[in-house]
Amino acid sequence: MAMLEVEDLNVRFYTEDGVVKATNDLSYRVEAGERFGVVGESGAGKSVTSLALMRLIDEPGVIESGEIRFKGRNLLEMDEKEMRELRGNEIAMIFQDAETALNPSYTVGEQISEAIRYHLGLDEAAARERAIETLESVGIPSAAQRYSDYPHEFSGGMQQRVVIAIALSCDPDLIIADEPTTALDVTIEAQILELLEEIATEFDTAIQLITHDLGVVAEFCDRVMVMYAGHPVEMAPVEDVYYDPQHPYTVGLMSSIPRIGDDRDRLQTIPGRMPDLIEMPPGCNFHPRCPYAEESCTRVEPPLVDVETGEPADPINSDAQAAACLAHTGELSGELDYEVTVRGEDDPAVPGDAPSSAGVSDR
Amino acid sequence: MSSETSQRTTERGRIRVSGFDVERVESRDPLSSWEPDLQSEAGRGRLEYAWQRFKRNRLALFGAATIVFMVLLAVFSRPISLPNGFPVLAGQTVQPFSLAPADPANQDVLTGYREPTLENLFSGTATGLYLFGADWAGRDILSRVMYGGRWSLSIGFIAVAMALLVGIPLGSIAGYYGGKVDEIIMRLVDLLYAFPFIVLAIAVIAVLGRGYWEMILALVVVGWLPYARIIRGEILSVKENEYVTAAKALGSRDRSIITRHILPNAMAPVIVQATLSIGTTVLVAAALGFIGLGLSPASAEWGVMLNVEQDAIARGRWWAGLFPGLAIFVFVMAINLVGDGVRDAFDPQGDQSDTDTGGLR
Amino acid sequence: MSLQRFVIKRALITIPLLLGISLLTFGMVHAIPGDPIDFITLFTELDPETEMEIRAEYGLDQPVYIQYIDWVTSAATGDFGRSIITRDPVISEIMERLPYTLVMGIMAFGVTLATAIPTGVIAAYYRNTKIDQASRVFALLGIAIPNFLLGLLLLLVFASWLDLFPILPPTSQGIVSYDMLVYTLLPAITIGTGSTALLMRLMRSSMVEELDKDYVRTARAKGLPERTVVQKHVLRNSLISVVTVAAIQVAFIISGSVVVEIVFSYPGIGRLLVNRVGNRDFPVIQAIVLLIGVAVILANFVADVLYAYLDPRIRY
Repeated sequence: MAMLEVEDLNVRFYTEDGVVKATNDLSYRVEAGERFGVVGESGAGKSVTSLALMRLIDEPGVIESGEIRFKGRNLLEMDEKEMRELRGNEIAMIFQDAETALNPSYTVGEQISEAIRYHLGLDEAAARERAIETLESVGIPSAAQRYSDYPHEFSGGMQQRVVIAIALSCDPDLIIADEPTTALDVTIEAQILELLEEIATEFDTAIQLITHDLGVVAEFCDRVMVMYAGHPVEMAPVEDVYYDPQHPYTVGLMSSIPRIGDDRDRLQTIPGRMPDLIEMPPGCNFHPRCPYAEESCTRVEPPLVDVETGEPADPINSDAQAAACLAHTGELSGELDYEVTVRGEDDPAVPGDAPSSAGVSDR
Repeated sequence: MSSETSQRTTERGRIRVSGFDVERVESRDPLSSWEPDLQSEAGRGRLEYAWQRFKRNRLALFGAATIVFMVLLAVFSRPISLPNGFPVLAGQTVQPFSLAPADPANQDVLTGYREPTLENLFSGTATGLYLFGADWAGRDILSRVMYGGRWSLSIGFIAVAMALLVGIPLGSIAGYYGGKVDEIIMRLVDLLYAFPFIVLAIAVIAVLGRGYWEMILALVVVGWLPYARIIRGEILSVKENEYVTAAKALGSRDRSIITRHILPNAMAPVIVQATLSIGTTVLVAAALGFIGLGLSPASAEWGVMLNVEQDAIARGRWWAGLFPGLAIFVFVMAINLVGDGVRDAFDPQGDQSDTDTGGLR
Repeated sequence: MSLQRFVIKRALITIPLLLGISLLTFGMVHAIPGDPIDFITLFTELDPETEMEIRAEYGLDQPVYIQYIDWVTSAATGDFGRSIITRDPVISEIMERLPYTLVMGIMAFGVTLATAIPTGVIAAYYRNTKIDQASRVFALLGIAIPNFLLGLLLLLVFASWLDLFPILPPTSQGIVSYDMLVYTLLPAITIGTGSTALLMRLMRSSMVEELDKDYVRTARAKGLPERTVVQKHVLRNSLISVVTVAAIQVAFIISGSVVVEIVFSYPGIGRLLVNRVGNRDFPVIQAIVLLIGVAVILANFVADVLYAYLDPRIRY
């Protein structure tokens, strides 16, 4: 049993304009100590997924169905008090924009130690000590003095470290990091990722990292889930996804990463934009933007299948690479004819063996 | 999508995907009838869009209907004749209708107060139906409330219109030219803002004396301040915008830049403020009438009616003051509903149920 | 440290404002068409000698700017001359009535804060529910009802019908008496209703805005109980902007007192002002107008300082 198992999670937002299907039958797992990446464009339902884990979805959002099992217990069946015991204690969250995530009118120290006092029952002085230790562990210099500073007295990178310190303060088993580096510039981003990596190793904490940046995932994660329009389109160990992407959306995301020595004259992007989650395209949600789409894609909604066998994937129990594209169920007549090349290896292709898997079409 | 370029590690940048052919998507016919949402409201004018939203706001429509109803009652309560000196139609009756059940000036001093009654609904007496009762002089209160709207409402509308005529030009000048002119105008605004609305109005009346136009003037002296502030603020923010620079480069004269480009942008907050101000102004005018610094005690202005009857009300003759008071209340309420509706219409993102002070201080 | 500097800086800004309003109040008399002496003598015919004496007494024989300087300097020491009507020193007339208005104003302020803040918080927390709707309706009513009508209705119900209060204030016992303090509740509630309505909605919208901020989610994600999240994190931040407006309510309360003191025949400075405007007793009018202007400017000053004190981000 994995530490976190999400099964058939459906989150809906009932808005004036219609029902927003933020996640659709979403299933995945995160093992203890694992680093799990969730990738997708903004609006793909990544943040909703993480808020759902904390049961912090605001009105008018509701978790309509599904199970979220954390260490075997279904979070959705817990009462508010039990849930509070978990939040910040066993599951902690790191938010995207540290500046707004911190309360401007309390000192950073107070914002860390209040959680410590509440969850660990420490007194004022002991909580303060622990908070200072935590601040030190996230690399804030002269932590004891900075304890009584206000958030606006910190730089952006330092604020993000404070937010991480809040998450770390009660030694959680799972940290959900929601785009922790998006608001930061590149050098700070590298430092923060490094810090997260240290933490994950040192405390053996599982991290679910949410990002729109495949590059970040490549460095940081063990396994990755690519989300599009509220559901996973590809899920696999990170090397598989990089060397052998099996869903056109993943391919699109990868082709749009700029790289040194690029001979293309402009950055390639995926055409069009993500549909709003109220009125989604029929069949495969991605078909209006997919170069490989065919008529059948507009009719049949592709299930998430094991790319080897074409059988329905089991994202909770299996590690096998899974993707949701008709190419893997044999309903696509064409091929996913892209190529993956790895620079620095003579072999021009750990070949885009996409064709080979698309080749299941003969079956 | 990700546009961040960073080559931190050896891992990054090694893998290259090719063959994801975007052109295929762009050149082919759409596979399904599904289309991404278009901005359906785009292209429509801001005013028209606001009007569409306003029309859907039932409370605001109800408020607007109430205002129209009260204005019509005031206009058609008694016939209107033009004064003899009027250039055309001198001395003629231009509005022949007389909805008020009795002449508001008809007295019956011997009987004096009468309680409101439905008895006379079908019989009727010469001095009124007394649906709202009669005041100390035996005058029909319903008729007086209807007729009194001519004062209370006209003061509100005229004072706000004049305040706009003062505030918008002054604010435009301050905002557009900046520098010393701006400094002088805005310091004056700050100074006048140091006095509460009614206190300043009282001070002006202390200087000018009482009377209809004196009162309007007093209300304008206070009333122009918010428009000057709003317009100046809007101009300062719009001024930096490119299209003004562009218009300047094309050699538009200053005045046409203000009227063509800046004013339309600043209109929304001004309209909201002006609507709400009508209510505030009517309220202050009535308060001035009530404290005896408004119109003459003989007039049927609503505040004055309450002033005349205040002892009677406190001693149990509630009808003598309740109805004119309610008239003020209903009107101000209706104006506030419309004002809120107008604001929501212009600013759909704003919090729906905020209640603005409407300049009420 | 920097707060101190801010206070000094902010205090310096009020000086030109104070000078400005003194100039305006002084200018009032000179804006009246005609000779100011007529308002002193109430248009009686005078022999030239007496006229010269009066002109000398009131400084009217001096150039206008000298008159202004004289007026301001004596006003600064509390000397506003004598009332034209009663011939009493203006300052003693004002001091006699000021305590009544102050007590009433403080009560009104207390009523406002005590009702507006909790109801605003509740309306925000239960936003878009029946509770919120009810508070919105109350606010609409409270803002639209003329305070003099409300006052008269309160008198009608509580004094005339229920006989709980006398119709006229029991002034003979002075302001510091049980009867008078109890009576003052009526005008205080009358004035407070309007500002309660305003402040309540403001509290609500400020709180709604804060509730939507990211730090609230952070606080919830820490596992803090909802009460702590709201009371400790949200409330404090939403109060910051409300405090400012609460201080500005001083102006609202002064406006209210002018009208409401008439309703309740309340012996405060508002009623004094209104009576003397009728009599064109300019020394008294000027003194009261100046006093009100100063009060509002000071209230705004206090509001800004409070804001700077409460919000650690403000560093000038």
